[in-house]
Amino acid sequence: MASVVEQRTGDVVGKGERYVREFESRAGRLPGPAWLRDLRVGAMARFAETGFPTTRDEEWRFTPITPLVNTAFVPSELLHVQPATLAPYMFTAETAAELVFVNGIFVPALSRVTNLPAGVDVGSLAALFAGDASKFDAVLTKIAAPDESAFTALNTALFTDGAYVHLERKAVVDAPIHVLHYSTVSGAPSLSHPRLVVVADELAQATIIETYAGPAGQTYWTNAVSEFAIGESAIVAHYRVQRESLAAYHIASMQLRTSRASVFTSHNLVLGGAIVRNDIGAVLAGEGGETTLNGLYVGAGDRLLDTHTTIDHATPHNISHEVYKGVLGGRARGVFNGKILVRIDAQKTDAKQTNKALLLSDAAQINTKPQLEIFADDVKCTHGATVGQLDADMLFYLRARGLGRDEARALLIRGFAGDIVDRVKFEPLRARLDEAVPQLLPREAA
Amino acid sequence: MLEIVDLRARADQKEILKGVSLAVGKGEVHAIMGPNGSGKSTLARVLAGHPEYEVTGGEVLFNGKDLLEMDPEDRAREGVFMAFQYPVEIPGVNNAYFLKAAVNALRKHRGEPELDAIEFMQLVNERLQVLHIDQDLLKRPVNEGFSGGEKKRNEIFQMLVLQPSLAILDETDSGLDIDALKTVAEGVNAMRSPDRAIVVVTHYQRLLNYIVPDFVHVLSEGRIARSGGKELALELEEKGYGWIEEEQAAPAGRV
Repeated sequence: MASVVEQRTGDVVGKGERYVREFESRAGRLPGPAWLRDLRVGAMARFAETGFPTTRDEEWRFTPITPLVNTAFVPSELLHVQPATLAPYMFTAETAAELVFVNGIFVPALSRVTNLPAGVDVGSLAALFAGDASKFDAVLTKIAAPDESAFTALNTALFTDGAYVHLERKAVVDAPIHVLHYSTVSGAPSLSHPRLVVVADELAQATIIETYAGPAGQTYWTNAVSEFAIGESAIVAHYRVQRESLAAYHIASMQLRTSRASVFTSHNLVLGGAIVRNDIGAVLAGEGGETTLNGLYVGAGDRLLDTHTTIDHATPHNISHEVYKGVLGGRARGVFNGKILVRIDAQKTDAKQTNKALLLSDAAQINTKPQLEIFADDVKCTHGATVGQLDADMLFYLRARGLGRDEARALLIRGFAGDIVDRVKFEPLRARLDEAVPQLLPREAA
Repeated sequence: MLEIVDLRARADQKEILKGVSLAVGKGEVHAIMGPNGSGKSTLARVLAGHPEYEVTGGEVLFNGKDLLEMDPEDRAREGVFMAFQYPVEIPGVNNAYFLKAAVNALRKHRGEPELDAIEFMQLVNERLQVLHIDQDLLKRPVNEGFSGGEKKRNEIFQMLVLQPSLAILDETDSGLDIDALKTVAEGVNAMRSPDRAIVVVTHYQRLLNYIVPDFVHVLSEGRIARSGGKELALELEEKGYGWIEEEQAAPAGRV
């Protein structure tokens, strides 16, 4: 089974070899059904072939990941974490279920998955793999395919656990389902490959929150992949709250497939991480749906925050909205690439994309690129990108009413981010964002 | 309360104030009139601390303190308020939130406890009624999408909430219809008190029918060209500003 990899090991491009070796030594023990074991081999072979991307790849042009490539990450292990450490990231009673993973491994003692409404099934993939996981066969690794990127290939080959959410037909959960991934290291920087798979059947309705966090100052790498299959007329709201250590690396792929008349809303909140890359892809596979991809990225220092989104209008009569906002101080760099593909049959598409960046310092940078590829002829597609600084007249106006310089600045930043923050319907999360955002933008960053 | 002595200021290398001297005492209402480009608005903005202007000479004392040394927020906290000629739109910043932050910044400076949400709402609701403003205004972003008249009324509303000891109104009357003008004047008159001074900067005499000044000054070419009582405003309304400019051009005729 590992022969494919053995043949290719010699060809590993760059410094990915350690992960190929890790796979070779662990392949027999990785969980999952037979088809997944075979797929893992193929995924690892693909990674061995391509290695890590470089800035010579068009999709990574502005995103050098050298520090990540040069770090010798070891596989993450379960470490003991006090509930008090997790408290700032948990929503406890405000949620319908809360699944806690430490270093990628499910911790039942810290989690709560009881008293869910009928038709709602959530849990750990590792536990599911011990029994019958076949209900996810059509979705797991099918929506985020391993050949999508070197990182998805790596995750597919090496993931051992993650969360699953299955909402049966007409199942409705009012309070959010929260999946918290907490990473912490005891020695060498470690690497985890969290996986999330969400299946919402016809007319189901739920809110799902993913949180990624870790202790300040620690270096580790989270290589996450999430997959969503949204059924006909299902309504799913999704919040991705990334609050990793500012020294951590976070690479994530979130892939989505919609169905007829489904409504999916995503809020991608990028707060932590030293080098961050989010690939978000939505295939609008059924007519008459509405898909919203909103996001906010905030950073100072030397941080690098990259978001690539792709919305594939594969069927007619879909509405897509996308608003991304970035606030960058210090020497932080942001990248936003928003691709909208309207296929030849996707008539009556209504796609709107907005990307705005606020630069608080002269050294902060943003590379922003809308990318519209339209093959249908009866569509409405708009995009707009702006890059600006804090407005001097606004600052003076606020100060002339007695607000201090820092307070005025914070208020304007909050106002800028408000488009995104105010659309967060889960109030406890909104409150945390209001607290977290200013802390990420110390005054010296301006 | 306010003593301006030989104030000179420029913007973009162009000298606009060329030696303005003016004293405003407690309880007084002063009107500053003058033709376009005379420096009226510049004077108001320099007093508020607008960063666009560079003070090149003179001094301004406010209750004995050097006003020009203060940051804009410190001037506001000391009790100076300027109603903007062009109020700034601030998308995403909620009016109520902004105003509460302003009220509490001033209270903190005076060593008073901050107002909680309920106390704040009581304070603003009373003031909204004075100006016949709908409560909806509080929920909207600061000045965003406001009509010209709404923006001016919002300035006066802020003044009533912040209760400054010196209010400078920079062409608050421009763009207002007569009803709005009366409402704004009512708001300003409600502020008049023996402890407070008001400086009204205006191009037209019309507003002064409703806010009756104790003193009228004419600013021309960056200097106070003439000062008088309220009758000076009527004279200007009748004769225009031309005669003042002519007098200035011929120093012999100066009063």
